[in-house]
Amino acid sequence: MQDFSFLTTWVDNSLRSFMPGWLSVTVECLLIGVGLLLVYALLALFYIYYERKLCAAFQCRLGPNRVGPMGLLQSFADMFKMLIKEIIHLNHIDRFLFALAPYLVIIASMLAFAVLPWGNGLQVIDFNIGIFFLIAVSSIGVLGILLAGWSSNNKFTLIGSLRSGAQMVSYELSIGLSVITMVCLAGTMSVSGIVAEQENLWFIFKGHIPAVIAFVIYMIAGTAETNRGPFDLPEAESELTAGYHTEYSGMHFGFFYLAEYLNLFIVSGVASLLFFGGWMPLHIPGWDAFNHIMDYIPSVVWFLGKAIALSFIIIWFKWTFPRLRIDQLLSLEWKYLLPINLFNLVLMVLIIIAGWHF
Amino acid sequence: MITTAIFGIENNGLLGIVALLTGVALVFLALWIAKLISPRSFNPQKGEAYECGIPTRGESMSQFHVGYYLFAILFLMFDVETVFLFPWALRMRELGVDGLISIAVFFGILVLGLVYAWRKGALEWK
Repeated sequence: MQDFSFLTTWVDNSLRSFMPGWLSVTVECLLIGVGLLLVYALLALFYIYYERKLCAAFQCRLGPNRVGPMGLLQSFADMFKMLIKEIIHLNHIDRFLFALAPYLVIIASMLAFAVLPWGNGLQVIDFNIGIFFLIAVSSIGVLGILLAGWSSNNKFTLIGSLRSGAQMVSYELSIGLSVITMVCLAGTMSVSGIVAEQENLWFIFKGHIPAVIAFVIYMIAGTAETNRGPFDLPEAESELTAGYHTEYSGMHFGFFYLAEYLNLFIVSGVASLLFFGGWMPLHIPGWDAFNHIMDYIPSVVWFLGKAIALSFIIIWFKWTFPRLRIDQLLSLEWKYLLPINLFNLVLMVLIIIAGWHF
Repeated sequence: MITTAIFGIENNGLLGIVALLTGVALVFLALWIAKLISPRSFNPQKGEAYECGIPTRGESMSQFHVGYYLFAILFLMFDVETVFLFPWALRMRELGVDGLISIAVFFGILVLGLVYAWRKGALEWK
């Protein structure tokens, strides 16, 4: 296993060699902030390109292919277009809440983003209740969406935000319960602890049947949490114009767009953390040579690879299934996913007690 | 060997604040840049709500379905109870049979609540 902490330790030591401790901590915090900002923005740009290319492939089109080689610079062009659009000041809105909403949405996704295990020694926030913290901060995002819809002085945004609120709080239950199922297996809530527990085998193999059920439920609920795919009725363009962000213009709208793609990454990142070992390479007990070869692949590549592969599934959902109605959406959660999830938790507990997990 | 604590900073609260400020800085910087380079023009029509393109009619704060409220209440009930499940899930192996029995009672009440809401028709979207 490559350890990226040599980098941070080297930076730490060289900073401490010529400046006092508090100053070096400040510089390191600045470095972390700039790093988070850069990775956040670049990842969002990559995801916009990725989604557009995949969507094109599913529809037998080419997708963006004019700006840069294979259209790689398309999302940069989109970003600059968004930056040079005028931010329109509306008359009858609630100004404070209207301006606050993008902050809440971005802060929620940034805090959740900082918890993800990027690699060995490359994880920013590592609370002992890491996964709980992640669920807690990601539910701030719904507040931003509700405020955006509420403050816009527009009937459609109001309906869109209420739908989004009902949807996101409902599916949060499923996310919470499938996380509890995996916490039972892991016996720890810290993100680095969960990764360490999967050193000999990933949880989806360790917990076999209940873990697979929890994974499927997590992916469905995660898709709903990001307001995407078949669950995109908060922004159903055929009925609600653009949903909760109709009245936002220019970069103001861009934040919602950015956060949506980042939430896609966060959901798939958390799925890879809980079920596929985070940055942990694939280790199979007994196969020492195989494990040794797997260790040569850097942990960042493992994490990014898993997260991008899982978000492929979520994008696939979006371009395959038709949009649900609100009653179908709520009955899917409350009448199917929630009872299955409760049953699954009991099943996981029984399997752990019987010792049938690996 | 698994290393935690980036740059050897053990204080996670500090790192959380750094991440929070990064989020604020992202929005602030991007809005500032947009303000610097974006064009500006004035038109009395521009300040009106866009809605769906045509001039809006009636109150914008319209009534909405009470069902949203009902699901919010149901969510509140279940979410608080899942929060109580977390500490037990964490110490499941240590707590053993005693913990298992008490959580089974708690869990039974949770399921009964769901069954009650279901029988009452609270899960139907009318």
